[in-house]
Amino acid sequence: MGETKTATAAAPGEVPFSVRLMVPIILGICIIAFWEFAVYYWKIPKFIFPAPSMIVQALIADFPTLMASLWTTVKVTLSAFFIASFLGIAVAVLFVQSRVLEISLFPYAVILQVTPVVAIAPFILIWVGLDHVERALLILATIVAFFPILSNTALGLKSVDHNLRNLFDLYGASRFQRLRELEFPSALPYILGGLKISGGLALIGAVVAEFVAGSGTGSGLAWRIVESANQLNIPRMFAALLLLSIIGIAIFFTLSWVESLLLHKWHESAVRREN
Amino acid sequence: MTDAIPIEVTTSVDTPVAADALSPSVAGQTKRRPLITLSDVRKIYRGGTLALADVNLTVGNGEFISILGPSGCGKSTLLRMIAGLGGISGGAIDWPQSRYNAHGEPIRDLGFVFQEPTLMPWATVFNNIYLPLKLSGVSRRGAEARVKDVIAMVGLEKFAHAYPRQLSGGMKMRVSIARALVVKPRVLLLDEPFAALDEITRFRLNNDLLRLWQDQKWTVIFVTHSVFESVYLSNRIVVMSARPGRIIADLSIPVPYPRGEAFRMSTDYNEFCRTTSTELSRAMVGVAEEEH
Repeated sequence: MGETKTATAAAPGEVPFSVRLMVPIILGICIIAFWEFAVYYWKIPKFIFPAPSMIVQALIADFPTLMASLWTTVKVTLSAFFIASFLGIAVAVLFVQSRVLEISLFPYAVILQVTPVVAIAPFILIWVGLDHVERALLILATIVAFFPILSNTALGLKSVDHNLRNLFDLYGASRFQRLRELEFPSALPYILGGLKISGGLALIGAVVAEFVAGSGTGSGLAWRIVESANQLNIPRMFAALLLLSIIGIAIFFTLSWVESLLLHKWHESAVRREN
Repeated sequence: MTDAIPIEVTTSVDTPVAADALSPSVAGQTKRRPLITLSDVRKIYRGGTLALADVNLTVGNGEFISILGPSGCGKSTLLRMIAGLGGISGGAIDWPQSRYNAHGEPIRDLGFVFQEPTLMPWATVFNNIYLPLKLSGVSRRGAEARVKDVIAMVGLEKFAHAYPRQLSGGMKMRVSIARALVVKPRVLLLDEPFAALDEITRFRLNNDLLRLWQDQKWTVIFVTHSVFESVYLSNRIVVMSARPGRIIADLSIPVPYPRGEAFRMSTDYNEFCRTTSTELSRAMVGVAEEEH
Protein backbone atom coordinates (compact mmCIF):
# COMPACT_ATOMS: atom_id res chain seq x y z
CA MET A 1 0.00 0.00 0.00
CA GLY A 2 3.04 2.24 0.23
CA GLU A 3 2.82 5.19 -2.09
CA THR A 4 6.49 5.92 -2.53
CA LYS A 5 7.70 3.02 -4.54
CA THR A 6 11.15 3.16 -6.01
CA ALA A 7 12.03 1.08 -9.00
CA THR A 8 14.99 -0.88 -7.79
CA ALA A 9 15.54 -3.93 -9.95
CA ALA A 10 17.94 -5.99 -7.86
CA ALA A 11 18.05 -4.58 -4.35
CA PRO A 12 20.25 -6.54 -1.96
CA GLY A 13 17.18 -7.28 0.15
CA GLU A 14 15.69 -9.37 -2.62
CA VAL A 15 18.39 -12.04 -2.63
CA PRO A 16 16.82 -15.12 -1.04
CA PHE A 17 18.02 -15.92 2.46
CA SER A 18 19.26 -19.39 1.48
CA VAL A 19 21.51 -17.88 -1.17
CA ARG A 20 22.78 -15.23 1.21
CA LEU A 21 23.61 -17.98 3.68
CA MET A 22 25.11 -20.46 1.24
CA VAL A 23 27.33 -18.18 -0.84
CA PRO A 24 29.64 -17.07 2.01
CA ILE A 25 29.77 -20.64 3.34
CA ILE A 26 30.82 -22.07 -0.03
CA LEU A 27 33.38 -19.31 -0.38
CA GLY A 28 34.71 -20.10 3.09
CA ILE A 29 35.04 -23.80 2.30
CA CYS A 30 36.95 -22.99 -0.89
CA ILE A 31 39.35 -20.71 0.96
CA ILE A 32 39.95 -23.27 3.72
CA ALA A 33 40.54 -26.02 1.15
CA PHE A 34 43.03 -23.88 -0.72
CA TRP A 35 44.73 -22.91 2.54
CA GLU A 36 45.08 -26.57 3.59
CA PHE A 37 46.41 -27.47 0.14
CA ALA A 38 48.83 -24.51 0.01
CA VAL A 39 50.38 -25.26 3.40
CA TYR A 40 51.19 -28.85 2.37
CA TYR A 41 52.16 -28.04 -1.18
CA TRP A 42 54.60 -25.26 -0.33
CA LYS A 43 55.61 -26.91 2.96
CA ILE A 44 54.94 -23.78 5.05
CA PRO A 45 56.18 -24.39 8.61
CA LYS A 46 53.40 -24.59 11.15
CA PHE A 47 54.91 -21.84 13.35
CA ILE A 48 54.47 -19.43 10.45
CA PHE A 49 51.13 -20.43 9.04
CA PRO A 50 49.42 -23.57 10.36
CA ALA A 51 47.01 -25.51 8.17
CA PRO A 52 43.31 -25.44 9.14
CA SER A 53 43.49 -29.09 10.18
CA MET A 54 46.24 -28.27 12.68
CA ILE A 55 44.16 -25.45 14.12
CA VAL A 56 41.29 -27.88 14.63
CA GLN A 57 43.69 -30.35 16.26
CA ALA A 58 44.90 -27.63 18.61
CA LEU A 59 41.33 -26.69 19.39
CA ILE A 60 40.53 -30.29 20.34
CA ALA A 61 43.77 -30.87 22.25
CA ASP A 62 43.42 -27.70 24.36
CA PHE A 63 39.66 -27.74 24.50
CA PRO A 64 39.20 -27.41 28.29
CA THR A 65 41.74 -24.57 28.62
CA LEU A 66 40.39 -22.73 25.61
CA MET A 67 36.79 -23.10 26.78
CA ALA A 68 37.68 -21.73 30.20
CA SER A 69 39.33 -18.76 28.50
CA LEU A 70 36.38 -18.34 26.19
CA TRP A 71 34.07 -18.21 29.18
CA THR A 72 36.26 -15.59 30.90
CA THR A 73 36.26 -13.37 27.82
CA VAL A 74 32.53 -13.81 27.21
CA LYS A 75 31.82 -12.90 30.83
CA VAL A 76 33.89 -9.72 30.68
CA THR A 77 32.51 -8.73 27.28
CA LEU A 78 28.86 -9.25 28.14
CA SER A 79 29.10 -7.65 31.60
CA ALA A 80 30.85 -4.64 30.09
CA PHE A 81 28.25 -4.45 27.35
CA PHE A 82 25.32 -4.52 29.75
CA ILE A 83 26.86 -2.02 32.16
CA ALA A 84 27.78 0.30 29.27
CA SER A 85 24.26 0.00 27.80
CA PHE A 86 22.63 0.81 31.09
CA LEU A 87 24.96 3.71 31.90
CA GLY A 88 24.92 5.06 28.35
CA ILE A 89 21.14 5.15 28.14
CA ALA A 90 20.76 6.50 31.68
CA VAL A 91 23.26 9.32 31.13
CA ALA A 92 21.65 10.17 27.77
CA VAL A 93 18.26 10.44 29.47
CA LEU A 94 19.77 12.77 32.07
CA PHE A 95 21.34 14.87 29.32
CA VAL A 96 18.01 15.30 27.62
CA GLN A 97 16.33 16.34 30.86
CA SER A 98 18.84 19.04 31.62
CA ARG A 99 20.78 21.09 29.15
CA VAL A 100 23.10 22.33 31.89
CA LEU A 101 24.04 18.77 32.78
CA GLU A 102 24.72 17.97 29.16
CA ILE A 103 26.88 21.02 28.57
CA SER A 104 28.93 20.34 31.68
CA LEU A 105 29.34 16.57 31.30
CA PHE A 106 29.50 15.89 27.59
CA PRO A 107 33.13 17.09 27.12
CA TYR A 108 34.22 14.58 29.76
CA ALA A 109 32.40 11.79 27.99
CA VAL A 110 34.29 12.77 24.86
CA ILE A 111 37.60 12.76 26.72
CA LEU A 112 36.80 9.28 27.98
CA GLN A 113 36.09 8.23 24.42
CA VAL A 114 39.12 9.71 22.68
CA THR A 115 41.73 8.63 25.22
CA PRO A 116 43.12 5.28 24.00
CA VAL A 117 42.09 2.49 26.34
CA VAL A 118 45.63 1.12 26.18
CA ALA A 119 46.84 4.31 27.80
CA ILE A 120 44.39 4.22 30.71
CA ALA A 121 44.80 0.51 31.36
CA PRO A 122 47.87 0.74 33.62
CA PHE A 123 46.17 3.30 35.90
CA ILE A 124 42.98 1.33 36.17
CA LEU A 125 44.98 -1.78 36.92
CA ILE A 126 46.78 -0.03 39.76
CA TRP A 127 43.59 1.46 41.15
CA VAL A 128 41.67 -1.78 41.34
CA GLY A 129 44.73 -3.64 42.55
CA LEU A 130 46.74 -6.24 40.72
CA ASP A 131 44.73 -8.99 42.42
CA HIS A 132 41.58 -7.94 40.59
CA VAL A 133 42.61 -7.97 36.96
CA GLU A 134 39.12 -9.05 35.93
CA ARG A 135 37.65 -5.91 37.43
CA ALA A 136 40.14 -3.80 35.51
CA LEU A 137 39.19 -5.59 32.30
CA LEU A 138 35.54 -4.99 33.01
CA ILE A 139 36.07 -1.27 33.63
CA LEU A 140 38.19 -0.83 30.51
CA ALA A 141 35.81 -2.73 28.24
CA THR A 142 32.91 -0.70 29.68
CA ILE A 143 34.70 2.57 28.93
CA VAL A 144 35.25 1.51 25.33
CA ALA A 145 31.63 0.41 24.84
CA PHE A 146 30.02 3.33 26.66
CA PHE A 147 30.30 6.26 24.26
CA PRO A 148 28.47 5.03 21.14
CA ILE A 149 25.45 4.15 23.26
CA LEU A 150 25.52 7.52 25.01
CA SER A 151 25.86 9.60 21.87
CA ASN A 152 23.39 7.57 19.81
CA THR A 153 20.78 7.55 22.55
CA ALA A 154 21.16 11.27 23.17
CA LEU A 155 20.83 11.97 19.46
CA GLY A 156 17.79 9.69 19.22
CA LEU A 157 16.03 11.26 22.19
CA LYS A 158 16.45 14.66 20.58
CA SER A 159 15.32 13.58 17.12
CA VAL A 160 11.66 13.56 18.02
CA ASP A 161 9.23 14.88 15.42
CA HIS A 162 8.41 18.49 16.26
CA ASN A 163 4.68 18.09 15.65
CA LEU A 164 4.50 15.00 17.83
CA ARG A 165 6.08 17.05 20.60
CA ASN A 166 3.37 19.67 20.12
CA LEU A 167 0.77 16.96 20.23
CA PHE A 168 2.07 15.75 23.58
CA ASP A 169 2.06 19.36 24.83
CA LEU A 170 -1.52 19.72 23.70
CA TYR A 171 -2.67 16.70 25.67
CA GLY A 172 -0.72 17.76 28.75
CA ALA A 173 1.71 14.84 28.84
CA SER A 174 3.89 14.61 31.93
CA ARG A 175 7.68 14.51 31.71
CA PHE A 176 7.67 10.77 32.28
CA GLN A 177 4.87 10.06 29.78
CA ARG A 178 6.75 12.06 27.21
CA LEU A 179 9.88 10.00 27.80
CA ARG A 180 8.14 6.65 27.75
CA GLU A 181 5.58 7.18 25.01
CA LEU A 182 7.45 9.51 22.69
CA GLU A 183 11.17 9.94 23.22
CA PHE A 184 12.12 6.32 23.85
CA PRO A 185 10.25 4.83 20.91
CA SER A 186 11.60 7.59 18.65
CA ALA A 187 15.12 6.91 19.85
CA LEU A 188 14.87 3.13 19.63
CA PRO A 189 16.44 2.78 16.16
CA TYR A 190 19.31 5.01 17.26
CA ILE A 191 19.76 3.13 20.53
CA LEU A 192 19.87 -0.20 18.71
CA GLY A 193 22.43 1.19 16.28
CA GLY A 194 24.55 2.27 19.25
CA LEU A 195 24.20 -1.14 20.88
CA LYS A 196 25.37 -2.86 17.71
CA ILE A 197 28.52 -0.77 17.61
CA SER A 198 29.12 -1.16 21.33
CA GLY A 199 28.68 -4.94 21.26
CA GLY A 200 31.70 -5.22 18.99
CA LEU A 201 33.61 -2.58 20.96
CA ALA A 202 33.03 -4.36 24.26
CA LEU A 203 34.78 -7.43 22.86
CA ILE A 204 37.62 -5.33 21.46
CA GLY A 205 37.90 -3.54 24.80
CA ALA A 206 38.00 -6.83 26.70
CA VAL A 207 40.74 -8.21 24.46
CA VAL A 208 42.89 -5.08 24.30
CA ALA A 209 42.59 -4.57 28.04
CA GLU A 210 43.73 -8.12 28.65
CA PHE A 211 46.74 -7.66 26.39
CA VAL A 212 47.74 -4.62 28.39
CA ALA A 213 46.82 -5.91 31.81
CA GLY A 214 49.14 -8.81 31.17
CA SER A 215 49.43 -11.91 33.24
CA GLY A 216 48.04 -11.52 36.73
CA THR A 217 45.19 -13.96 37.02
CA GLY A 218 44.13 -13.11 33.48
CA SER A 219 43.14 -16.20 31.61
CA GLY A 220 40.93 -14.94 28.81
CA LEU A 221 41.39 -15.65 25.12
CA ALA A 222 43.63 -12.62 24.64
CA TRP A 223 45.98 -13.97 27.22
CA ARG A 224 45.92 -17.41 25.49
CA ILE A 225 47.01 -15.69 22.29
CA VAL A 226 49.92 -13.89 23.99
CA GLU A 227 50.93 -17.08 25.76
CA SER A 228 50.74 -19.21 22.60
CA ALA A 229 52.77 -16.65 20.66
CA ASN A 230 55.46 -16.73 23.33
CA GLN A 231 55.56 -20.51 23.10
CA LEU A 232 55.49 -20.38 19.32
CA ASN A 233 52.37 -22.55 19.51
CA ILE A 234 50.84 -20.89 16.48
CA PRO A 235 48.03 -23.41 15.86
CA ARG A 236 46.68 -22.76 19.35
CA MET A 237 46.98 -19.05 18.77
CA PHE A 238 44.81 -19.41 15.69
CA ALA A 239 42.35 -21.57 17.61
CA ALA A 240 41.96 -18.80 20.19
CA LEU A 241 41.57 -16.27 17.40
CA LEU A 242 38.85 -18.39 15.84
CA LEU A 243 36.94 -18.45 19.12
CA LEU A 244 37.22 -14.67 19.42
CA SER A 245 35.72 -14.26 15.95
CA ILE A 246 32.90 -16.59 16.89
CA ILE A 247 32.07 -14.46 19.95
CA GLY A 248 32.09 -11.30 17.80
CA ILE A 249 29.85 -12.88 15.18
CA ALA A 250 27.46 -14.21 17.82
CA ILE A 251 27.15 -10.76 19.42
CA PHE A 252 26.57 -9.08 16.07
CA PHE A 253 23.88 -11.51 14.94
CA THR A 254 22.13 -11.53 18.29
CA LEU A 255 21.90 -7.74 18.25
CA SER A 256 20.78 -7.70 14.61
CA TRP A 257 18.09 -10.19 15.52
CA VAL A 258 16.93 -8.06 18.46
CA GLU A 259 16.90 -5.04 16.18
CA SER A 260 14.72 -6.63 13.54
CA LEU A 261 12.48 -8.06 16.26
CA LEU A 262 11.82 -4.60 17.66
CA LEU A 263 11.71 -2.61 14.44
CA HIS A 264 10.42 -4.88 11.72
CA LYS A 265 6.82 -3.81 12.09
CA TRP A 266 7.30 -0.11 11.70
CA HIS A 267 10.74 1.19 10.90
CA GLU A 268 11.82 2.04 7.36
CA SER A 269 15.14 0.22 7.77
CA ALA A 270 13.33 -3.07 8.30
CA VAL A 271 10.57 -2.63 5.76
CA ARG A 272 10.67 -4.53 2.53
CA ARG A 273 9.01 -2.68 -0.31
CA GLU A 274 6.97 -4.83 -2.59
CA ASN A 275 7.63 -3.41 -6.01
CA MET B 1 -14.20 32.88 37.07
CA THR B 2 -17.14 31.76 39.19
CA ASP B 3 -19.73 32.61 36.58
CA ALA B 4 -18.03 30.57 33.84
CA ILE B 5 -20.25 27.85 32.56
CA PRO B 6 -18.65 24.54 33.45
CA ILE B 7 -18.03 22.62 30.29
CA GLU B 8 -18.52 18.94 30.14
CA VAL B 9 -15.18 17.17 29.97
CA THR B 10 -16.26 13.65 29.31
CA THR B 11 -13.85 10.92 30.18
CA SER B 12 -16.29 8.05 30.30
CA VAL B 13 -15.87 6.39 26.99
CA ASP B 14 -18.59 3.82 26.77
CA THR B 15 -21.31 6.35 25.98
CA PRO B 16 -21.70 7.31 22.37
CA VAL B 17 -20.56 10.75 21.31
CA ALA B 18 -22.15 13.48 23.39
CA ALA B 19 -23.76 15.18 20.43
CA ASP B 20 -27.28 15.22 21.80
CA ALA B 21 -26.11 16.79 25.02
CA LEU B 22 -24.82 19.81 23.16
CA SER B 23 -27.18 20.32 20.27
CA PRO B 24 -30.31 21.79 21.91
CA SER B 25 -28.46 24.63 23.54
CA VAL B 26 -26.19 25.58 20.66
CA ALA B 27 -28.19 28.49 19.37
CA GLY B 28 -28.86 29.92 22.81
CA GLN B 29 -25.26 29.78 23.92
CA THR B 30 -24.04 31.56 20.82
CA LYS B 31 -26.10 34.57 21.74
CA ARG B 32 -25.17 34.52 25.39
CA ARG B 33 -21.44 34.14 25.30
CA PRO B 34 -18.88 33.42 22.59
CA LEU B 35 -16.80 30.28 22.78
CA ILE B 36 -13.45 31.91 22.04
CA THR B 37 -12.56 35.58 21.82
CA LEU B 38 -9.34 36.96 20.46
CA SER B 39 -8.69 40.57 21.30
CA ASP B 40 -5.79 42.51 19.81
CA VAL B 41 -3.69 39.38 19.55
CA ARG B 42 -0.13 40.04 18.43
CA LYS B 43 2.73 37.72 17.72
CA ILE B 44 6.31 38.83 17.35
CA TYR B 45 8.80 36.14 16.42
CA ARG B 46 12.08 35.90 18.27
CA GLY B 47 13.88 37.61 15.39
CA GLY B 48 11.64 40.65 15.81
CA THR B 49 9.34 39.94 12.87
CA LEU B 50 5.76 40.99 13.45
CA ALA B 51 3.79 37.91 12.42
CA LEU B 52 0.32 38.87 13.61
CA ALA B 53 -0.93 42.38 14.24
CA ASP B 54 -3.99 43.08 16.35
CA VAL B 55 -6.18 40.14 15.44
CA ASN B 56 -9.72 40.37 16.74
CA LEU B 57 -12.03 37.44 16.31
CA THR B 58 -15.04 36.04 18.09
CA VAL B 59 -15.84 32.38 17.64
CA GLY B 60 -19.36 31.27 18.45
CA ASN B 61 -20.63 27.82 19.26
CA GLY B 62 -21.12 25.49 16.32
CA GLU B 63 -19.49 27.71 13.72
CA PHE B 64 -17.41 26.31 10.90
CA ILE B 65 -14.85 29.03 10.35
CA SER B 66 -12.20 28.90 7.66
CA ILE B 67 -9.15 31.06 8.08
CA LEU B 68 -7.94 31.86 4.60
CA GLY B 69 -4.79 33.67 3.65
CA PRO B 70 -1.61 33.63 1.60
CA SER B 71 1.17 31.40 2.84
CA GLY B 72 3.24 32.96 5.58
CA CYS B 73 0.40 35.19 6.78
CA GLY B 74 0.52 33.64 10.24
CA LYS B 75 -2.70 31.67 10.06
CA SER B 76 -1.06 28.51 11.36
CA THR B 77 0.59 30.53 14.09
CA LEU B 78 -2.80 31.92 15.03
CA LEU B 79 -4.33 28.46 15.21
CA ARG B 80 -1.48 27.20 17.37
CA MET B 81 -1.93 30.14 19.71
CA ILE B 82 -5.62 29.35 20.06
CA ALA B 83 -4.56 25.82 20.98
CA GLY B 84 -2.14 27.16 23.57
CA LEU B 85 0.97 26.12 21.64
CA GLY B 86 3.47 28.94 21.64
CA GLY B 87 2.90 32.08 23.64
CA ILE B 88 1.23 35.27 22.44
CA SER B 89 3.18 38.51 22.39
CA GLY B 90 0.24 40.79 23.11
CA GLY B 91 -3.52 40.87 23.50
CA ALA B 92 -5.59 38.04 24.91
CA ILE B 93 -7.29 34.82 23.90
CA ASP B 94 -10.22 34.01 26.18
CA TRP B 95 -12.45 31.00 26.45
CA PRO B 96 -15.45 32.62 28.18
CA GLN B 97 -17.33 29.34 28.51
CA SER B 98 -14.48 27.30 29.89
CA ARG B 99 -13.31 26.54 33.35
CA TYR B 100 -9.76 27.33 34.34
CA ASN B 101 -7.19 24.97 35.75
CA ALA B 102 -4.91 25.55 38.72
CA HIS B 103 -2.37 27.43 36.61
CA GLY B 104 -5.00 29.90 35.42
CA GLU B 105 -5.03 28.30 31.99
CA PRO B 106 -8.39 27.74 30.34
CA ILE B 107 -9.32 24.09 29.94
CA ARG B 108 -9.53 24.34 26.19
CA ASP B 109 -11.22 21.07 25.35
CA LEU B 110 -10.07 20.88 21.76
CA GLY B 111 -8.78 18.54 19.13
CA PHE B 112 -5.97 19.58 16.84
CA VAL B 113 -5.20 18.20 13.40
CA PHE B 114 -1.76 19.11 12.10
CA GLN B 115 -0.68 19.78 8.54
CA GLU B 116 1.02 16.38 8.44
CA PRO B 117 -0.70 13.33 9.87
CA THR B 118 1.82 13.39 12.78
CA LEU B 119 1.35 9.76 13.73
CA MET B 120 3.70 7.70 15.84
CA PRO B 121 5.20 5.25 13.33
CA TRP B 122 5.82 2.62 16.01
CA ALA B 123 2.17 2.47 17.08
CA THR B 124 -0.80 0.87 15.38
CA VAL B 125 -3.80 2.91 14.24
CA PHE B 126 -5.59 1.88 17.42
CA ASN B 127 -2.72 2.97 19.67
CA ASN B 128 -2.24 6.24 17.82
CA ILE B 129 -5.86 7.12 18.38
CA TYR B 130 -5.79 5.87 21.96
CA LEU B 131 -2.86 8.20 22.79
CA PRO B 132 -4.77 11.29 24.01
CA LEU B 133 -6.88 9.13 26.34
CA LYS B 134 -3.81 7.22 27.51
CA LEU B 135 -2.08 10.48 28.38
CA SER B 136 -5.05 11.51 30.47
CA GLY B 137 -4.92 8.24 32.36
CA VAL B 138 -7.76 6.26 30.77
CA SER B 139 -7.02 2.53 30.78
CA ARG B 140 -6.82 0.63 27.54
CA ARG B 141 -9.90 -1.38 28.36
CA GLY B 142 -11.80 1.70 29.37
CA ALA B 143 -10.86 3.44 26.14
CA GLU B 144 -11.49 0.55 23.80
CA ALA B 145 -15.13 1.25 22.95
CA ARG B 146 -14.52 4.94 22.38
CA VAL B 147 -11.45 4.33 20.19
CA LYS B 148 -13.39 1.81 18.13
CA ASP B 149 -16.20 4.33 17.76
CA VAL B 150 -14.00 7.00 16.25
CA ILE B 151 -12.20 4.46 14.07
CA ALA B 152 -15.62 3.59 12.69
CA MET B 153 -16.47 7.29 12.28
CA VAL B 154 -13.55 7.77 9.91
CA GLY B 155 -14.16 4.41 8.23
CA LEU B 156 -10.95 2.61 9.12
CA GLU B 157 -12.41 -0.45 10.92
CA LYS B 158 -10.30 -2.83 8.87
CA PHE B 159 -7.08 -1.01 9.64
CA ALA B 160 -7.21 -0.75 13.44
CA HIS B 161 -4.11 -2.90 13.79
CA ALA B 162 -2.19 -1.58 10.80
CA TYR B 163 0.90 0.57 11.21
CA PRO B 164 1.00 4.07 9.68
CA ARG B 165 3.48 3.03 6.99
CA GLN B 166 0.88 0.61 5.63
CA LEU B 167 -1.64 3.42 5.07
CA SER B 168 -2.10 5.84 2.20
CA GLY B 169 -1.85 9.59 2.74
CA GLY B 170 -5.62 10.01 3.00
CA MET B 171 -5.96 7.17 5.49
CA LYS B 172 -3.21 8.63 7.67
CA MET B 173 -5.09 11.92 7.73
CA ARG B 174 -8.24 10.06 8.79
CA VAL B 175 -6.31 8.53 11.68
CA SER B 176 -5.11 11.99 12.63
CA ILE B 177 -8.69 13.28 12.61
CA ALA B 178 -9.90 10.29 14.61
CA ARG B 179 -7.22 10.98 17.21
CA ALA B 180 -8.43 14.57 17.52
CA LEU B 181 -12.01 13.35 17.94
CA VAL B 182 -11.36 10.65 20.50
CA VAL B 183 -11.41 13.11 23.40
CA LYS B 184 -14.85 14.42 22.32
CA PRO B 185 -13.62 17.96 21.86
CA ARG B 186 -15.98 20.92 21.58
CA VAL B 187 -13.62 22.66 19.22
CA LEU B 188 -11.74 21.11 16.35
CA LEU B 189 -8.75 23.01 15.01
CA LEU B 190 -7.42 21.92 11.65
CA ASP B 191 -4.22 23.31 10.17
CA GLU B 192 -4.36 22.82 6.39
CA PRO B 193 -5.01 19.14 6.97
CA PHE B 194 -5.70 18.17 3.38
CA ALA B 195 -3.12 20.32 1.62
CA ALA B 196 -0.86 17.40 0.78
CA LEU B 197 -3.62 15.16 -0.58
CA ASP B 198 -4.82 14.67 -4.12
CA GLU B 199 -8.05 16.39 -5.11
CA ILE B 200 -10.24 13.29 -5.15
CA THR B 201 -9.15 12.27 -1.67
CA ARG B 202 -9.55 15.86 -0.51
CA PHE B 203 -13.14 16.07 -1.75
CA ARG B 204 -13.97 12.83 0.00
CA LEU B 205 -12.41 13.97 3.27
CA ASN B 206 -14.15 17.37 2.97
CA ASN B 207 -17.50 15.61 2.75
CA ASP B 208 -16.66 13.29 5.62
CA LEU B 209 -15.58 16.21 7.76
CA LEU B 210 -18.83 18.08 7.05
CA ARG B 211 -20.90 15.00 7.83
CA LEU B 212 -19.10 14.52 11.16
CA TRP B 213 -19.41 18.21 11.99
CA GLN B 214 -23.17 18.10 11.41
CA ASP B 215 -23.50 14.95 13.52
CA GLN B 216 -21.35 16.07 16.39
CA LYS B 217 -22.03 19.82 16.48
CA TRP B 218 -18.51 20.88 17.18
CA THR B 219 -17.07 24.25 16.47
CA VAL B 220 -14.48 24.03 13.72
CA ILE B 221 -11.64 26.39 12.89
CA PHE B 222 -10.12 25.33 9.62
CA VAL B 223 -6.95 26.91 8.27
CA THR B 224 -6.56 26.66 4.52
CA HIS B 225 -5.15 28.45 1.51
CA SER B 226 -7.80 27.10 -0.84
CA VAL B 227 -10.68 29.43 -1.71
CA PHE B 228 -12.78 26.53 -3.01
CA GLU B 229 -12.29 24.43 0.06
CA SER B 230 -13.17 27.28 2.39
CA VAL B 231 -16.34 28.19 0.48
CA TYR B 232 -17.47 24.59 0.25
CA LEU B 233 -16.91 23.79 3.90
CA SER B 234 -17.54 26.78 6.07
CA ASN B 235 -20.36 29.07 7.08
CA ARG B 236 -17.87 31.83 7.82
CA ILE B 237 -14.61 32.75 6.13
CA VAL B 238 -12.03 34.94 7.78
CA VAL B 239 -9.52 36.34 5.27
CA MET B 240 -6.10 37.29 6.53
CA SER B 241 -3.60 39.61 4.88
CA ALA B 242 0.03 38.93 4.17
CA ARG B 243 2.55 39.47 6.95
CA PRO B 244 1.96 41.01 9.34
CA GLY B 245 -1.24 38.96 9.46
CA ARG B 246 -4.42 40.92 10.05
CA ILE B 247 -8.03 40.04 9.48
CA ILE B 248 -9.19 42.01 6.45
CA ALA B 249 -12.51 40.35 5.71
CA ASP B 250 -15.10 38.32 7.53
CA LEU B 251 -17.48 36.67 5.07
CA SER B 252 -20.60 34.71 5.73
CA ILE B 253 -21.56 31.73 3.54
CA PRO B 254 -25.22 31.32 4.46
CA VAL B 255 -25.83 28.11 2.55
CA PRO B 256 -27.61 25.35 4.43
CA TYR B 257 -26.00 22.00 5.06
CA PRO B 258 -25.72 19.26 3.92
CA ARG B 259 -23.85 20.65 0.97
CA GLY B 260 -23.07 18.21 -1.77
CA GLU B 261 -21.91 18.11 -5.34
CA ALA B 262 -24.97 20.19 -6.29
CA PHE B 263 -23.62 23.09 -4.27
CA ARG B 264 -20.21 22.73 -5.85
CA MET B 265 -21.85 23.09 -9.29
CA SER B 266 -24.15 25.96 -8.41
CA THR B 267 -23.85 29.60 -9.45
CA ASP B 268 -24.07 30.55 -5.76
CA TYR B 269 -20.89 28.60 -5.15
CA ASN B 270 -19.16 30.37 -8.01
CA GLU B 271 -20.31 33.73 -6.75
CA PHE B 272 -19.01 33.03 -3.23
CA CYS B 273 -15.72 31.85 -4.67
CA ARG B 274 -15.42 35.03 -6.71
CA THR B 275 -16.12 37.28 -3.72
CA THR B 276 -13.70 35.36 -1.57
CA SER B 277 -11.02 35.43 -4.27
CA THR B 278 -11.40 39.18 -4.55
CA GLU B 279 -10.87 39.56 -0.84
CA LEU B 280 -7.90 37.23 -1.01
CA SER B 281 -6.28 39.25 -3.79
CA ARG B 282 -6.68 42.31 -1.59
CA ALA B 283 -4.86 40.32 1.06
CA MET B 284 -2.06 39.62 -1.35
CA VAL B 285 -1.34 43.29 -2.03
CA GLY B 286 2.24 43.93 -1.14
CA VAL B 287 3.17 40.27 -1.32
CA ALA B 288 4.07 40.38 -4.99
CA GLU B 289 7.43 42.03 -4.41
CA GLU B 290 8.32 39.71 -1.56
CA GLU B 291 7.41 36.54 -3.42
CA HIS B 292 10.26 35.07 -5.41
